[in-house]
Amino acid sequence: MTSLLADSRRRLSPTSDPVVNTPPVYLDSQSTTPIDPRVLEAMLPYFTEHFGNPHSTSHTYGRVAAEAIERARTEVAALIHADPREIVFTSGATEANNLAIKGAAHFARAHPQSGQERNHIVALQTEHKCVLESCAQLEREGFGVTYLPVEPNGLVSLAALEGALSERTLLVAVMAAHNEIGVIQPLAEIGALCRSRGVLFHTDAAQAFGKIPLDVEGMKIDLLSISGHKIYGPKGVGALYIRRRPRVRLLPLIDGGGQERGLRSGTLPTPLCVGLGRAAAIAGAEMTGEADRVRRLRDRLLKNLARNVPGVRVNGDLERRLPGSLNLSFPEIPALELIEAVPTIAISTGSACTSASVEPSYVLRALGLSDSLANASIRIGLGRFTTPAETDFAADALAAAAARLAQQRHLPT
Amino acid sequence: MRRGRVEEESYLDWNATAPLRLEAASAVADAMGRWGNPSSVHRRGRAARQTIERAHEAIAALLGNADPNGVVFVSGGTEANHLALLGTGRERVLVSAVEHDSVRSALPAAEIIPVGPDGIVILDALDQLLAVDLRPALVSVMYANNETGVLQPVADIAAIARRHGALFHCDAVQAAGKVALNAEAIGANLVSLSAHKIGGPPGTGALILTDDTELAPLLRGGGQERRRRAGTENLPGIAGFAAAAAAAEVSIYDRVRALRDGLEAEIAAIAPEAVVIGAAAPRLPNTSAIAMPGVAAETQVMALDLDGVMVSAGAACSSGKVGPSHVLAAMRVDPGIASSTIRVSLGWSTSEAEIDHFLRVWTALYRRGRGVAKGALAA
Repeated sequence: MTSLLADSRRRLSPTSDPVVNTPPVYLDSQSTTPIDPRVLEAMLPYFTEHFGNPHSTSHTYGRVAAEAIERARTEVAALIHADPREIVFTSGATEANNLAIKGAAHFARAHPQSGQERNHIVALQTEHKCVLESCAQLEREGFGVTYLPVEPNGLVSLAALEGALSERTLLVAVMAAHNEIGVIQPLAEIGALCRSRGVLFHTDAAQAFGKIPLDVEGMKIDLLSISGHKIYGPKGVGALYIRRRPRVRLLPLIDGGGQERGLRSGTLPTPLCVGLGRAAAIAGAEMTGEADRVRRLRDRLLKNLARNVPGVRVNGDLERRLPGSLNLSFPEIPALELIEAVPTIAISTGSACTSASVEPSYVLRALGLSDSLANASIRIGLGRFTTPAETDFAADALAAAAARLAQQRHLPT
Repeated sequence: MRRGRVEEESYLDWNATAPLRLEAASAVADAMGRWGNPSSVHRRGRAARQTIERAHEAIAALLGNADPNGVVFVSGGTEANHLALLGTGRERVLVSAVEHDSVRSALPAAEIIPVGPDGIVILDALDQLLAVDLRPALVSVMYANNETGVLQPVADIAAIARRHGALFHCDAVQAAGKVALNAEAIGANLVSLSAHKIGGPPGTGALILTDDTELAPLLRGGGQERRRRAGTENLPGIAGFAAAAAAAEVSIYDRVRALRDGLEAEIAAIAPEAVVIGAAAPRLPNTSAIAMPGVAAETQVMALDLDGVMVSAGAACSSGKVGPSHVLAAMRVDPGIASSTIRVSLGWSTSEAEIDHFLRVWTALYRRGRGVAKGALAA
């Protein structure tokens, strides 16, 4: 498999992808990221020589795998200042979000506190589909859910959040950094508010983890969802941080062998857990430098586009956002046409899970964009392997395509 | 491995996990190189989508002729079993007494279908259980047991379930790749599979729907897997699973069966009081649950491990726990025998030398144990 590692290094260079003849510049890093060769290198031995079942602790193969998983757990925990025992591995952020929200709700229902039953959840209207769908499921089960609007810049209003809380509120779900518009929410303020009201604070950090500093203590976060493949780690693995002090209790979604302290049964995929750990360690070590570099590239891309495309506008707060993330409206140019017109760039209209849908983005709608403006918006995600040359190429290609499409629209038919 | 001083190592714990097949390793690495989110509409996304669609076909082919559209990729056998039991939403769920923990814990209120001393579901009991209560039911019985290898008469179970209008779910995690599977012959509405048991990567599995049985998702979110399982698909895992499925050769298990049968014959010759659990029933060709009466299973497993032989005292997921096996208890195996039973499981690359290694160490342990037992008797 070592030759495969060399292969992966080669394939990261954008000129050698056998899938497509002329490889597009990849600017869809919120959707997924390529695996970092260093991560792959760490994973490979656990696919091959150390393939043991980590729960078969009666023999060496199992114990070697189990030790590797515990090291990975420590690496994941370190990046958010958590205790390793507070990390539960899952199959990804979708499962982590489902487990956090449904698990907390189901536990509260099964173990009502004396006095007041907490059966109300607050989530932003702009949360990821898997959070919204988990909430919708709980509504069908009789829980109350408040879907809180956001400000036009995509940020939560703390006053509005406070107003939405009641004695019955069990949990607040706010995405740390947004997958479509990139905005970073005031996590510490939300955490402080929730703690003061005895409400659990869950944050979906699939996009934020590894890209911006997160501190579950300082931010008073109770539940935090993590994804592997958004941080140059493997797909098929994620994690949920579950606070131990004060103890947050959940009912499991997947029960069985009792792995992960009964919170998530199923054989842990050792190579994937190792990959998530290594990806977290690399992200932690290189976060500051990478953020600066990616932010400069993003600003350069935006400057080039703003100069060459009249009327282009940024959706979501420009300051409080992920370094590599942009969401742009090109007035009167349908996004799908723009994407079609630049096959040399891999970009999207928004969340990958819903990008095949023709509906305007519910996130942009929540920001107050009209349907036509929402449909004229694209998402750009720069990442660890994006080069200055690719950035300039993308800006030029997008500007040229936008000009061409605008001209076609204004031609008499 | 870590303890470099051990010269000879024999891995006989294949039912816990199998090594990654070369074909699967290659497919995993290839998919990692062709990274992309299968839901993205751009080229990388579309290429990823194509890989997933081909994988649906490969997994459907593992079940003979199942419909690729019925394949739902999940994170493993445990999730597949949960999705089947919880997603079908039947009022009554009946599971056999020897099911894997991932089935038994999915619905703690499930009713138990008893098994006979041979480990096989008592068909009349199932028939009666279904006859006395007419609510819509789901029956879940595994194809092959992970601890004993005992095969269930799945076609008969399917027929009984169908006669009573019940759905039938079959956990085929241990059977896949070892015996020829055919969705029609099994007759189940839902079948669970796991990648890492057939030489694919851990972290991937599938629930296969063989008809239009309705399924509510366990994980909600994006519309992946035809809205039946949200979450970005584990593309390398799925590609590796498909490659392992394509590479699986059931015929190789003729050789494995001969090795296993030879091992059991040797054991019988060395130790007449040794017991092979489920020996009278049809079994997987690779599994042997062997009791060495008087020597605790944990002691055997540790002693074997010290000499480089890797086996387990039961299911891997619970091997860290103490407590008797529910499988052996359901078969009414004497508790003394049950607590001295180890699981030996072979795989496609198991060699004669590994079997010899196991027999050498096992025999030495047996002779020591017998010495102790005799001493104890004399005292």
